Amino acid sequence: MFPSKFDYHRPSSVQEAVQILSDNPDAKVLAGGHSLIPVMKLRLATPSALIDIGRIDALKGISRANGSLRIGACVTYNEIANSGVVQDAAPLLAEAAGQIGDRQVRYRGTIGGNLSHADPASDLPAAALALGATLHVSGPNGSRSVSASEFFVDLMMTSLQADEILTEVEISAASAGTGSAYVKFEHPASGYALCGAAAVVTRGAGGSCTGASLCFNGVSATAVSANGVAASLVGSDLSDGAVESAVSNLSIPDAAGDMFASAGYRQELAKAIGAQALRTARDRA
Amino acid sequence: MGISIELEVNGASVSEEVEPRLLLAHLLREELGLTGTKIGCDTSQCGSCTILLDGQAVKSCTVLAVQADGSEITTIEGLANGEYHPMQQAFWDNHGLQCGFCTPGMIISCVDLLSTNPQPSEDEIRHGLEGNLCRCTGYHNIVRAVQTAAETMNG
Amino acid sequence: MAGESNGAAGFGSSIRRREDPELITGRAKYTDDLKLAGMVYCTILRSDYAHAGINSIDTSEAEALDGVLGVYTAKDIEASGVPGGVPVGWLLPGLKTPEHFMLAKDTTRYVGDGVAIVVAEDQYTAHDALELIYVDYDPRDGIADPKKATADGAPLVHDDAPNNIAFDWEIGDKESTDAAFANAAHVASLDIVNNRLIPNAMEPRAALADYNDITGELVLYMTTQNPHIHRLLMSLASLGLPEHKIRVIAPEVGGGFGSKIHHYADEAIAAWASMQVGRPVKWTATRTETYITDAHGRDHVTHGEMAIDADGRFIGLRVDTYAAMGAYLSTFAPAVPTYLYGTLMSGEYDLPAIYCHVYGVFTHTVPVDAYRGAGRPEATFIVERLVDEAARVTGIDPVEIRRRNFVAPDNFPYQTQVALAYDSGNYEGALDKALEAIGYDDFRTEQAAAREQGKYLGLGLSTYIEACGLAPSAVVGSLGAQAGQWESAVVRVHATGKVTVYSGCSGHGQGHETTFAQIVASALGVPYDDIDVVEGDTGSMPHGWGTYGSRSAATGGSAIASAAEKVVDKARTIAAHLLEAAEEDIEFEDGNFFVKGSPDQSQSLPDVALQAYLAHNLPKGIEPALEATSFYDPANFVYPFGTHIAIVEVCSQTGNVTLQRYLAVDDVGNVINPMIVDGQVHGGIAQGIGQSLYETAVYDDGANLLSGTMLDYAVPKAHFMPSFETDRTVTPCPHNPLGVKGVGEAGSIASPAAVVNAVVDALSPFGVTHIDMPVTSEKVWNAMK
Repeated sequence: MFPSKFDYHRPSSVQEAVQILSDNPDAKVLAGGHSLIPVMKLRLATPSALIDIGRIDALKGISRANGSLRIGACVTYNEIANSGVVQDAAPLLAEAAGQIGDRQVRYRGTIGGNLSHADPASDLPAAALALGATLHVSGPNGSRSVSASEFFVDLMMTSLQADEILTEVEISAASAGTGSAYVKFEHPASGYALCGAAAVVTRGAGGSCTGASLCFNGVSATAVSANGVAASLVGSDLSDGAVESAVSNLSIPDAAGDMFASAGYRQELAKAIGAQALRTARDRA
Repeated sequence: MGISIELEVNGASVSEEVEPRLLLAHLLREELGLTGTKIGCDTSQCGSCTILLDGQAVKSCTVLAVQADGSEITTIEGLANGEYHPMQQAFWDNHGLQCGFCTPGMIISCVDLLSTNPQPSEDEIRHGLEGNLCRCTGYHNIVRAVQTAAETMNG
Repeated sequence: MAGESNGAAGFGSSIRRREDPELITGRAKYTDDLKLAGMVYCTILRSDYAHAGINSIDTSEAEALDGVLGVYTAKDIEASGVPGGVPVGWLLPGLKTPEHFMLAKDTTRYVGDGVAIVVAEDQYTAHDALELIYVDYDPRDGIADPKKATADGAPLVHDDAPNNIAFDWEIGDKESTDAAFANAAHVASLDIVNNRLIPNAMEPRAALADYNDITGELVLYMTTQNPHIHRLLMSLASLGLPEHKIRVIAPEVGGGFGSKIHHYADEAIAAWASMQVGRPVKWTATRTETYITDAHGRDHVTHGEMAIDADGRFIGLRVDTYAAMGAYLSTFAPAVPTYLYGTLMSGEYDLPAIYCHVYGVFTHTVPVDAYRGAGRPEATFIVERLVDEAARVTGIDPVEIRRRNFVAPDNFPYQTQVALAYDSGNYEGALDKALEAIGYDDFRTEQAAAREQGKYLGLGLSTYIEACGLAPSAVVGSLGAQAGQWESAVVRVHATGKVTVYSGCSGHGQGHETTFAQIVASALGVPYDDIDVVEGDTGSMPHGWGTYGSRSAATGGSAIASAAEKVVDKARTIAAHLLEAAEEDIEFEDGNFFVKGSPDQSQSLPDVALQAYLAHNLPKGIEPALEATSFYDPANFVYPFGTHIAIVEVCSQTGNVTLQRYLAVDDVGNVINPMIVDGQVHGGIAQGIGQSLYETAVYDDGANLLSGTMLDYAVPKAHFMPSFETDRTVTPCPHNPLGVKGVGEAGSIASPAAVVNAVVDALSPFGVTHIDMPVTSEKVWNAMK
C-alpha cells in the first residue's frame, strides 16, 4: 500500500522537533514508525508532515541512577528486552517488550511510539501502568511529567497535547523481594493481546505480600489497572488459593468485545491470565 | 519534494532522490531493481519484505526510504558471497521452500535469528519466525533448514 | 552452483529441487517483478458497500491529477465494444447465470466489486487518484449468510434469482436413504458451518499486459495456475481478441491454492487498459485487495445425519447443504459444492444409501470457488464428524466403527451410491499403520490418567478418501464442465540428445521442473541434468488445462510418460534400422538401444537423435527429428486415501487448544519424489489446521467483511504448528502409466476433521458433541461451561 503525500522533517533536537510540531498542527511524530506507517499505508492516517525524531540522540538512552530507570522515547523494544539494566531494574518492562509483535518489529518499534500510540492491545501500556511509570513530555512551554495512569485517556488517545512529544519514561527500580510477570494471550492473526496481564508483587521478610499491582492490556479501550484486586492480596501468603480468591472478584469495567473475543470471554481470560501472572510474579519475588 | 539519501546496498553505494513517502521496499524493488525482496501484505504481518538494515532484520515495507538514509542494507541478492550462505543452502537441502515467494524474507529472518541465538531450540525457531508467514510448507521443513544451518554455522 | 549428478535422480528419488537456486537467491521473477519499457500502473476502485446502486461516478478530479493517463468506468468498457464478461465455466441444470461484467454497471453486489479504473504513470499516483473518484451510491441491504439468504424477503443479489438460489442440486437416492433412516437403530446428527476461508497465497495476484495495436497481439504476464484457460476466457468472454493473438505467460507464481485458477475481472481490466493507453499496464493487488477479490473458499451451512443399524453398520447418510456462491458465479464455482462434494459422501465406507441435497446460494460477498481441496474437505468433514458422532451414539470406539464400515480391500473397484467408482484402496492398512505410529492404546491410557488431573487431551481420526486428478473429459463434460480435463505434453529430444519437455500444467510451487524431469530421466535413460521442463506459456506449448485439483502428476505426468514412450518407440525404429536388426529384437535399457543379447553394440538415445535430425539414413516412412506430443485423457479420477490423527490438549482455564502431535499416513500411489510429496502433505495439513483452529472470513449482518486484513484473519504462523509425522502406504493407481495419484490437497482434506474430532474427544467429559470451525479458545471455553 501507498501512503499519501507528506512533508518530512528530521530535527536534530527535541526543541526543534517541538517547534516543527507547533508549526504543523496536522503533523505526526515518527519514531520507529511501526505503529504509524501501517496506518498511513492503509490511508487511515494522512498527516501533512512527519517529524522524524529517530535520530535525536537524547531520546536513545537507557540509564539508571538514584533508584530510577530512565528510558528514552526512541529506545526500541529489542533494546529494552535485551538490556541488562532494564532486566534488572524493571524486568516486567523487558518481558513485555520482548513479546511485542515479532523480531523485525522489535528492532524498529520504540517505547515512545508505543505509549503515544496508546493501542490498548499492545503490550507496554499495562506494564507501564503496573510499574507506575512516569512519562516525561516536552512541549513549547517546556517539559512536564505525567503518570502512566493519567496518560492513557481512551482508545488510542493520551493526555499528550497536540504539540507535545513524549521524551522519556521513568520507572522506579524494582526493590528486593519484588517479582513481576507479563503474560499474554495473543490474537492469532495480529499477535496483539486479546488479554495481557502485567503483575508485580512484593513479599515481606516473612513471605507475606506487602504490595501488589495487576494491570491489563487488550480488555478495554485503554490499559486498565485492577489494583483493587491486587491490593486484596496484601497481607496474604500469596498461595495459589489466595491468588484464585483475589482474581475471582476481578471485573474489568467497560470490557470490550470484538469479532474474535467477546467482552465476557475477555473478562474470563483476564482472571485466568491475571492469576497466572500473579503466580509467576510471586515465584520470582 | 525530493530528499537526497545515501545508503550502502549489498556493498554498493547508492545515492537517490526520493519522495518522503517512498517505502524502503519500493526503493529497493522499483528504483534499484532488487526484486528479490517481496511485498506480500500491507500490514507488516507477512515478512516477505524482510531485509537486513544495519545488520538487523526489518520489514522494509514499514520503513520509509528516508529513514534508511546512511544505513547499510543487505537484501537476499547480497547474501550469497560466491557461494550460497549456509541458510540458503539449508533451505535448498531441506526443501524449505515451495513457491518461493516468502523465501527471501524468510531466509533473511532466519539469518538474523541465528545471529542472536546460534543454537535455538525448535520452539525458539518457531517463535523466532513469528514475523514471517509461509503458506506452502507448513513451516516443517523451514524449521529443519534452520536447524541444519545452525549446525553448519556452528560447525 | 546448480546441477545434480544423474545417479539417483530418476523416478522415486528425493532429489533436491532444481527450481530452488533462483528462488533462494531472489533471482526468480514473479509477475510484479517484471518491468517493460513505457510501463504504467493500473488500480481499481472497489465498492465499500456490500450492496448499492450507483447513481453516478465523478472521475474529473482523478483525471486532472498529474500523472494520471485515464480513468474508466463500466460505460467506457461497454463503449469500447469488447464483450466485457467474466463467465462461469461449469453449468448445472437450471443454473442461474446472471450477467457478470468486468466492472459494476449500475449495482455493486459485494464489498470489493470493481467500480472504476485508474491508469497512471506510477503506482503511488495510481493509488492517489482512487481517492479522487466520487461515487454517488444508493446503499441497499446486503446478506452474507447462505441459509438466511434463501428466506423469503431476504435482500436479493440478482433480481432473476428468486430466494437467491443459484441452483438446486441433488445426488444419490432419496427414497432408499429415507427408508434406511426409518429402519435405523441409531441416528447420528450434526448441524455444522464449514467456515469461509481466504486463500492467502503469499504472492498477491498481478497482471502485466502489453497490447501491441500494430500487430493486434496481447502478451499477458499473470499470476495463473492455468494460462490456457485464461487465454480462452480472455478471448471468448472478456476482450474479444482472437485466441491466437493472446499469449498468456505465467512467470514464477507464488502459490495459488485455487485462487489463481479463476478468471477474474482484474487481469482482464489490466489488458483492456493496455489496449486503451497503448502502453504496457501493470496491476498488482494489495493484500487488502486480495482479501476482497480472490475467490474465497468453503462457506457451507449443513445438516448431516448417519443411520446406523444395531450392529454398528452404516446404512444411510443424508446431507443437506446451503453453499455460498458469493455475488457472482466464479469460474468453477458450481462444481465445487456439487460434483466435488456430493460425490465424496461415501468416504471410505461401504454405504448402501446416500442422499445429498445442495442449494447454491448467491450472497453479497466475494465469489466463492475452489480453494485447496475444493468440495472434498467439506465432504470429508461432515462424513468424518458424523462417523465420530455415530461412534458416540452407539458407544463403539471410533477406530472400531471405522473398521466395521470400511470398503474391504477385496471389494475394489467399488461403486459408491454417489457416482464415483473407487479403483483401489486398502483403508485398514493405512489406519493400522497410523494407530501403531501414534500408540493408540497407550494414548487412551494417558488420556484417562490426564483427565483425573484435570488435563484434557483428545485424539481425532480422519480416515479420508478423495477424488482428484481431474479428470476424464467426457465424464466432467457430462457433469457440466465447459472445459476438457485431459493434459498435454511434448517431449523434444534435440539433435545432441538433450531434452526439452513442455507441459500444459502450470506449477506454482509444486516442483514440476524437478519431478517431470525425473519422470523423463527414467523413461528415456537420459541424464537428469540434460532435461529441461517448460511450463506456463501459451506461446510455447500445446493447449493444456493447468495445475489444480491435484492433477499434475496424474494427468500431466502421465502425458509426459506417454509422450516419452512415443519417443522411445520412434527411436527404437531408427535404432533397429541403424543396427540392421528387426525392431522386435531391440532392447532399450539405460538410454541405450541394442540387439537382444549384444549390449556391446548399441546406439545411445543421443546417437539416434543425431541421426533422426540429420535424416541422412532413416528407415522408410519415418519422419525426421525426434519428438512426440501426447494429449492424455485419464480413464478415471485417482483416489488417494489415508488416515490422519491429531492429538490436542485443551486448556480448561482459557479454552486454548494446543496441537501436540499430528500424524499422517497417506496413500498417494507411486511417489515420484518423496521429499516433495512430504512437503505437499505438510502444507496441506497446515492449511487444514488453519481452517480448523484459526482462519475464518467474518461478514457482519450487513455483509461487510470484518476480517479484511492479515491483522484480523489468522494465516497460521510457525509456532502454531507441531512438527508433522508423515508416513505412507503405496497402492498404485491401476489406470495411469505411472501408478501415481495426487497429493496437493490430501492434507487440507483430511486434517480439519482430525483436529475437530480431537477437540470434541478432549471435551467429551463436558458432554460436547460438536464445535464449529475455527475452534477458537472462546468457543471451547463456552462449550466447557
